[in-house]
Amino acid sequence: MPDSPSDERADDAYGAPYDLAVIGAGCAGLTGAVTASELGLSVALLDTSGQVGGQFYRTPAPALGAVRPEALHHDWSAFADLRRRLEASAVVHLAGHHVWTVARGSEGDTEWVVHAVTGVDGCGERPVRVRARTVLLATGASERQLPFPGWTLPGVVGAGGAQAMLKSGLVLPGRRVVVAGSGPLLLAVASSLAAAGARVPAVVEASGYLGYARRPGALAANPHKLAEALVHGAALLRHGVRLRTRSAVTRVHGTARVEAVTVSRVDRDWRPVQGTGRRIACDALAVGHGLVPQTELATSLGCATRRTPDGTYALELDGLQETSVPGLWAAGETGGIGGAQLARTEGAIAGTAAAARVLGQPALTRSRRVRELRRRRDRMRAFADTMAAAHVPGPGWVQWLNDATDVCRCEEVTAGAIREAVADYGARDARTVKLLTRAGMGWCQGRMCGAAVACLAAGPGAASVPPSPERRPLAVPVPLGVLGALDPDEADGPVS
Amino acid sequence: MVGAACAYYAARSGLHVTVIDRGPVAGGTTGAGEGNLLVSDKEPGPELDLALLSTRLWRTLSGALPPRIEYEAKGGLVVASGEAGMAALRDFAERQERAGVKTEEVTGDRLHDLEPHLAQGLAGGFHYPQDAQVQPALAAAHLLRAAGEQASGRARLRLRLGEKVTGVLKGANGEVRGVRTVSGDLHAPYVVNAAGTWGAEVARLADVHLPVLPRRGFVLVTEPLPRVVRRKVYAADYVADVASGSAALQTSAVVEGTPAGPVLIGASRERVGFDRTLSVEVLRRLAAQATRLFPMLADVRAIRTYAGFRPYLPDHLPAIGPDPRVPGLLHACGHEGAGIGLAPATGLIVAGILTGEELPLDIDPFRPDRFGGAR
Repeated sequence: MPDSPSDERADDAYGAPYDLAVIGAGCAGLTGAVTASELGLSVALLDTSGQVGGQFYRTPAPALGAVRPEALHHDWSAFADLRRRLEASAVVHLAGHHVWTVARGSEGDTEWVVHAVTGVDGCGERPVRVRARTVLLATGASERQLPFPGWTLPGVVGAGGAQAMLKSGLVLPGRRVVVAGSGPLLLAVASSLAAAGARVPAVVEASGYLGYARRPGALAANPHKLAEALVHGAALLRHGVRLRTRSAVTRVHGTARVEAVTVSRVDRDWRPVQGTGRRIACDALAVGHGLVPQTELATSLGCATRRTPDGTYALELDGLQETSVPGLWAAGETGGIGGAQLARTEGAIAGTAAAARVLGQPALTRSRRVRELRRRRDRMRAFADTMAAAHVPGPGWVQWLNDATDVCRCEEVTAGAIREAVADYGARDARTVKLLTRAGMGWCQGRMCGAAVACLAAGPGAASVPPSPERRPLAVPVPLGVLGALDPDEADGPVS
Repeated sequence: MVGAACAYYAARSGLHVTVIDRGPVAGGTTGAGEGNLLVSDKEPGPELDLALLSTRLWRTLSGALPPRIEYEAKGGLVVASGEAGMAALRDFAERQERAGVKTEEVTGDRLHDLEPHLAQGLAGGFHYPQDAQVQPALAAAHLLRAAGEQASGRARLRLRLGEKVTGVLKGANGEVRGVRTVSGDLHAPYVVNAAGTWGAEVARLADVHLPVLPRRGFVLVTEPLPRVVRRKVYAADYVADVASGSAALQTSAVVEGTPAGPVLIGASRERVGFDRTLSVEVLRRLAAQATRLFPMLADVRAIRTYAGFRPYLPDHLPAIGPDPRVPGLLHACGHEGAGIGLAPATGLIVAGILTGEELPLDIDPFRPDRFGGAR
């Protein structure tokens, strides 16, 4: 594998079009890149991080000198295998590339221009442009946050964030950490934290686990998922961690940072049950309510989306992982949350499908191997949907909020201000709420508060699914100097 | 915004008003605009007269509405890079002066007194103290709320949001009797088409031709900054772009700070239908032009961009007033990029027509049937 281009070599990396540009070097993108490369495509693999592995296989920076990073990881051998294949391949790994948009090239649907900014933290940023015949979007997911009183106190971290801190920096968010929210990630996070030496007084899950029982078929077809749950369950038992289902953290206590949380029982709709609040002392809270597919690069190009059973939007994909826009594929969490193993399977299908298209060999996608991959994918997707349905946020969660709770942290917009915009000023959706209150206009562009604002905008009793996926034409902030310095003739692709 | 202004002035005149929108308040072009209240970019003529009237009305409204609408009488500054541009600006400003616009020539060495972060070496510019700004979505929402509050006695204001108009009801002589919406019929002797960029569709429901077309514009929004841009600052070519009818892409950066911190950078113009796809070329041009005016912006990040669709009519004048082809039908749309600024004057005129009052200016140039077509 050629390394990231140094400045002298940079122009080579950005010259001729690649057969395939893969955006995101997590499980899905990595598998897609090596699969396509092994089939003979020229492949560029772009990622914001300096290392491959994405969120799931996040590893400590080499400078930390971790001896056994794999100790914190599940299924490490699959990742080690992917890294070996990447090293043996001709894939050009473009690390530290922040993709801000993908545009159509000037030659119709057949060519794409991936615009990225290199360099980190505002130093030495420069615009680069990667041209490709096909694109695989493997941009993963971000964590869904639902606000509650006290969620802005220092010591409250995302559940996925806590996991990432542990994997990449080998640090714990606190010594006594309550894990709360909803979704299968909570168990994994709690067992990692406990294994790394934190006390976890409780795992607080807003849903019941009955949802899984309603779809026994999907569970039976995915025995590895049961095994995973057993491993986490056993680890939690060993560390004396208590799982409280149908409960939620409804308040965080503390002045300078987290000192305790109140955990309340919630009903089926996630409405807190009066008088059930119990205080649990802790110095950190790791909280998350599932994951949201990162689809902005695709929706800016008009790719169709589907509503997922847990109330988010994912890309609508065909049997070979292609989006509704020909020439653009997606794999992994962008097509719906499903985990690392599913992401690898989808990456392999997408990589093969892109190769079949570029090489003009449709037979590649009809091989026995691809048929088997598709069967596995369908099985795992069915399980993921069951899981998603079990953890969909109940509409009653908005009752955790009081009017003074900040919902948008960037612009400090309270739940009260949002309710007023809806009740008194004619806002009916997240966009108008944003225009009237600035909720979602700040630095994170609604990535943190978007789900919550959409629920509040839809008014009392409305479904928790926002009416449409959010659009963010700039996937990451771009300095004006960088935008203005794009090559005029090639801003929208090559002019021949 | 235009519909809100029509409702405001009509309710103030004692009429019963129902505002119907298929979306939320400010869900169309109002929510995608910058909130320009400009006289500086307008040639002497009927649109400038409308703008001057609106400027006065906005000042009054800013006292009646809460400060949250972010009305700022900040003034505009049009700059020229060379002597030829400066001469053209001087000639333009002289003609505007005769029409009632206040202008002040600013020599190159004095530009930095007005805008300390402007690029060096510009030839000069003109300051337009009457130019102002509002936050358009908040202005529309508060105007509607104020319309409801001031409706007194028999007058009433109703807001029906998320309700699409599907037909115009007519009587035996072809006169308007109300509208049909997805949730039923609403009877009224007058219907005002304030559907902005979608005004042609509403006109079509009444079987009349009104060729409103979308003219796309992108706005770039930066991360929040302390106040580094004090006024509305733009280069002299903007005026020519506004007046052009070309379908091709035109960009001329209009740069301004906002009370909330971000700097807004408009304005591109192109006729590409209702296509929201991001145009990298538009962003490149806007960013390059803005950093040419304010070099310090080069290190500032754009965090968002959005597209909006200006309601464009071929002669760049709005359609305001009764439609002689369908008695009872009035139009108040097609203001292109000036709808926020021209809204109060438009609303005042519409209310005046409905109540039979004397109108503040001649509305013949805005005749809705001037484009011919059906009926």
